Amino acid sequence: MTAKTLYDKLWDAHVVRTEEDGTALLYIDRHLVHEVTSPQAFEGLRLTARKLWRSHSVVAVPDHNVPTRDRDQGIADPVSRTQVETLQQNVRHFGLTFFPMGDIRQGIVHVIGPEQGATLPGMTVVCGDSHTSTHGAFGALSMGIGTSEVEHVLATQCLLQKKMKSMLICVDGQVGPGVTAKDIVLAIIGEIGTAGGTGYAIEFGGDAIRALSMEGRMTVCNMAIEAGARAGMVAVDDTTIDYVKGRPFAPKGAYWHQAVEAWRELRSDPDARFDRVVHIDAARIEPQVTWGTSPEMVLPVSGKVPNPDEVTDEVKANGMRRALEYMGLTAGTPITDVTVDKIFIGSCTNARLEDIRAAAEVVKGRRVAGNVKLAMVVPGSGLVKQQAEAEGLDRIFLDAGFEWREPGCSMCLAMNADRLEPGERCASTSNRNFESRQGLGGRTHLVSPAMAAAAAVTGRFADVRELN
Amino acid sequence: MEKFETLNALVCPLDRSNVDTDAIIPKQYLKSVKRTGFGPNLFDDWRYLDPGEPGMDHGRRKINPDFVLNQSRYEGAQILLARKNFGCGSSREHAVWALTNYGFRVVIAPSFADIFFNNSFKNGLLPLILDEAIVDQLFREAEATPGYTLTVDLHAQTVVTPSGESFPFQVDPFRRHCLLNGLDDIGLTLQHGEDIRAYEARRRTEAPWLF
Ligand code: SF4
Repeated sequence: MTAKTLYDKLWDAHVVRTEEDGTALLYIDRHLVHEVTSPQAFEGLRLTARKLWRSHSVVAVPDHNVPTRDRDQGIADPVSRTQVETLQQNVRHFGLTFFPMGDIRQGIVHVIGPEQGATLPGMTVVCGDSHTSTHGAFGALSMGIGTSEVEHVLATQCLLQKKMKSMLICVDGQVGPGVTAKDIVLAIIGEIGTAGGTGYAIEFGGDAIRALSMEGRMTVCNMAIEAGARAGMVAVDDTTIDYVKGRPFAPKGAYWHQAVEAWRELRSDPDARFDRVVHIDAARIEPQVTWGTSPEMVLPVSGKVPNPDEVTDEVKANGMRRALEYMGLTAGTPITDVTVDKIFIGSCTNARLEDIRAAAEVVKGRRVAGNVKLAMVVPGSGLVKQQAEAEGLDRIFLDAGFEWREPGCSMCLAMNADRLEPGERCASTSNRNFESRQGLGGRTHLVSPAMAAAAAVTGRFADVRELN
Repeated sequence: MEKFETLNALVCPLDRSNVDTDAIIPKQYLKSVKRTGFGPNLFDDWRYLDPGEPGMDHGRRKINPDFVLNQSRYEGAQILLARKNFGCGSSREHAVWALTNYGFRVVIAPSFADIFFNNSFKNGLLPLILDEAIVDQLFREAEATPGYTLTVDLHAQTVVTPSGESFPFQVDPFRRHCLLNGLDDIGLTLQHGEDIRAYEARRRTEAPWLF
């Protein structure tokens, strides 16, 4: 038998049929749904009088538009409210599993899927959201899809797709103290570029990845899409299985043992061939800070804002000039000289318990710097919030001058009331630093939760390793 | 879905790489529950000088005269010429709807982000990949020649310039077939309902915990 990659195994297990040109019908096990990309899909089904193929596979949750405070007053913005209500109506009409606002299980779709055990190893997982790559951390094949594909999966339980190429990113050795999963993935994107993974399914491996918790692996896979890859994944090991065990949607009893046996196979065979292999030395990764308007525009915290005049590729140099102007930065400035206005700790990249603990550890006994106008923590789910509160983490943040909010996407994309004003600079634990992503004219620097906390207490980008 | 066969149309050059879906259609417009009406907000942050919100009368907003889409010579363009990694970022199909609602039928670039690329085909928008050097040439010609048009022929798989120069392009046979005939994916897949059920039956014995 030929050696297979993890991706090969997941792919082969889900092919229903293949067309002559290689386009396959791929069976989907889990379909996660949120309010922004689903209304047109449900409407399409209604217009064509089509039924859901397997409503049982769907888990729905509102997250993008929900307010993160004063929830008892509902959603103030009428357009946002309509969208959330539309989801509610669709859920009722089609009889789907749903975690509404106010349910302790509500939260960001990519946080709650794994938290509930709705994401399992070996599954195909889709969602009308590009950060669905997150779920690949479980040794699953998970992909973001567009609304037409959401409708297609609802109606047929399948996705039409061609097999992608395979890439192995091997992070060798171990990272130093103060360096987190977020720094690893930002360093990877800095290395291969935002289009480096286009057309590939990426498997993350190597000792540094094996050493990560599930939360850390989710952070890494979450940002596979920022490297252009629709799917990111990590092989199954004890860390995976321990995390899944006992979760509400996880298999129980005899099924559990049968499942674990099957899941143990979910790793690339030792001599499997990848179309591309990239090695990264973990020991050389420093805490990272992005400086521009694309996640590949990233620096180690000891670095300086780069100079476009030193770049020979004209298209690239122009992009850098535009980014510098938008970000209000001058080439040659040490990134630690840059001050911040707002701090956002949240998003599907970094709003899990481990992230909140890491930030709290830095904040503990300190205060938010005077020049910081707003520092906020938005937990990824109601359950994350509850657990953090049980550990007293909310008090640490509140005592330091942070705001402690209700779960949702919040200022990751500013569809609700949380946003940057023009020109404001934010240290953010989210995943996209595109122009105006966090509010029109806002300037986003992507960092880890610990680095965001360090920026909050110093008022500028600071090396978290030097804070003590 | 609208069919696509051939098109001869005006070309609008958008000289930026990594154009992301947040730029194509900013998030405040994603709150709509419809597939239409996104045209006025295509490239909203670049096209207008004032901040836009859903429900505004966009015809009365302050136009950014420097933005290429606002220049009269590109009025009515149906082919967008772009740089590499076009459509990166989120999965929002609203980005494709905004382009088609505006009137674009083709985007030509050296590379596209995967999800955007895929979404385009489902909406009759042809994302067409040409070599960087050829795209460069088209940029030069389009910028130098007012009224510059291209002919895109999906049957022949060629892009032809006004001077008659012809560039071949690749497209998946299955996607080409669907576009040429305006076929609905879901209808096609449902024809294989038996295969899907057979797969489910097999899978239920192999991995019963999934059902
Ligand atoms: S947290 Fe941000 S990136 Fe994640 S799903 Fe929500 S909006 Fe998208």
